[in-house]
Amino acid sequence: MGKIVAGIGSSHVPGVGRAYDLGRQETPAWKPLFDGYVPVKRWLEDEVKADVAIVVYNDHGTAFFFDRVPTFALGTGEVYPVADEGWGPRPLPPIPGAPELSAHIAESLVADEFDITMCYDMPVDHGLLTPLPLLWSHVPDWNIKVIPLAVNVLLHPLPTGLRCFKLGQAIRRAVESYPEDTRVVVVGTGGLSHQLNGERFGFLSPEFDKEWLDRIVSDPEGLTKLSHDELMLRAGAEAVEVIMWLIMRGAMAPEVVELHRNYYAPLVTGMGLLSLIDA
Amino acid sequence: MEIPGTYVFDIPRARQGYPFNKMAYSLQQPVNREAYLKDERGYLESFGLSESQITAVLERDWLRLIKEGANSYMLMKLGATIGVGHYHQGAQERGETYEEFLATRTNPGAT
Repeated sequence: MGKIVAGIGSSHVPGVGRAYDLGRQETPAWKPLFDGYVPVKRWLEDEVKADVAIVVYNDHGTAFFFDRVPTFALGTGEVYPVADEGWGPRPLPPIPGAPELSAHIAESLVADEFDITMCYDMPVDHGLLTPLPLLWSHVPDWNIKVIPLAVNVLLHPLPTGLRCFKLGQAIRRAVESYPEDTRVVVVGTGGLSHQLNGERFGFLSPEFDKEWLDRIVSDPEGLTKLSHDELMLRAGAEAVEVIMWLIMRGAMAPEVVELHRNYYAPLVTGMGLLSLIDA
Repeated sequence: MEIPGTYVFDIPRARQGYPFNKMAYSLQQPVNREAYLKDERGYLESFGLSESQITAVLERDWLRLIKEGANSYMLMKLGATIGVGHYHQGAQERGETYEEFLATRTNPGAT
């Protein structure tokens, strides 16, 4: 049977991908970020031993444009190309998919009244790619299969936090009804506090970020009550994407144990990392 | 809710910014980046940008573009083609020089 074996929350900042590709992991400016991932990556490889990662992320006008915007889009492909977002594709191998599990999850979600968009052929951008090499190895090839789940957090109206949490619960039911023995990690990406537009560009709130990291563990249902306006006011306009962490959290048991945490806010984004297992 | 200095990207804003954003979206293809750099105004005109949006691009007036419906991730794509980093764009949106902006950060090395 399918089993959710861990949940991870991680920010997804393009500059992190660039620093990784340039080998800046040990520089003073970046070490506090990359060091946080080292024990998590080791734990995933030595103990979690997942077969598949469902990565909840948002596309940044890369595979989807504003002509057609799916609220929830599930990858069903065998492989996902690394996107050229405008500055050339990152030097990473294409991401292997898990099409049989994808098909099962699509069937299960739609039967469960989550009418997702199904995407067979879809490049993936920094929303998915930033955390992936920090959590799994890609040399010589990826040691994880990935199912992308793209969420619209760009074009308002966005799904509510509560809807995201419930989608996570439906994903858990989908995985647990999969007949093959499959170990699944759910990764929720995005956030934490940041704003990338207007005179308020650069807005950050370490206080909000700490509260978010604490409550995603202990009080996720309380977090689902925060409106998009409240999130944007307290954490910055683009921080509203933290609702994607609620999909990951909804896929975990009501009570969880926090195993790893890291936080670093050097420039314009509060970058959080959290790993959870069911209690 | 109005948040000062914040331009929430909703359906009316996306409609207003559609030609600019579509132009920037096209810059994901290297051949289009070359075409842009070869004839900037011609490239902008071919996507039907308003004269005000064209002027804002040519003057690198990022805040004005945001106010006219540009999406910040599309600004990033345009910036990648013309060699202007997103933090430079953001500093200007704040009304600061890049150096002034970096001075407000806890670790400006992490660019």
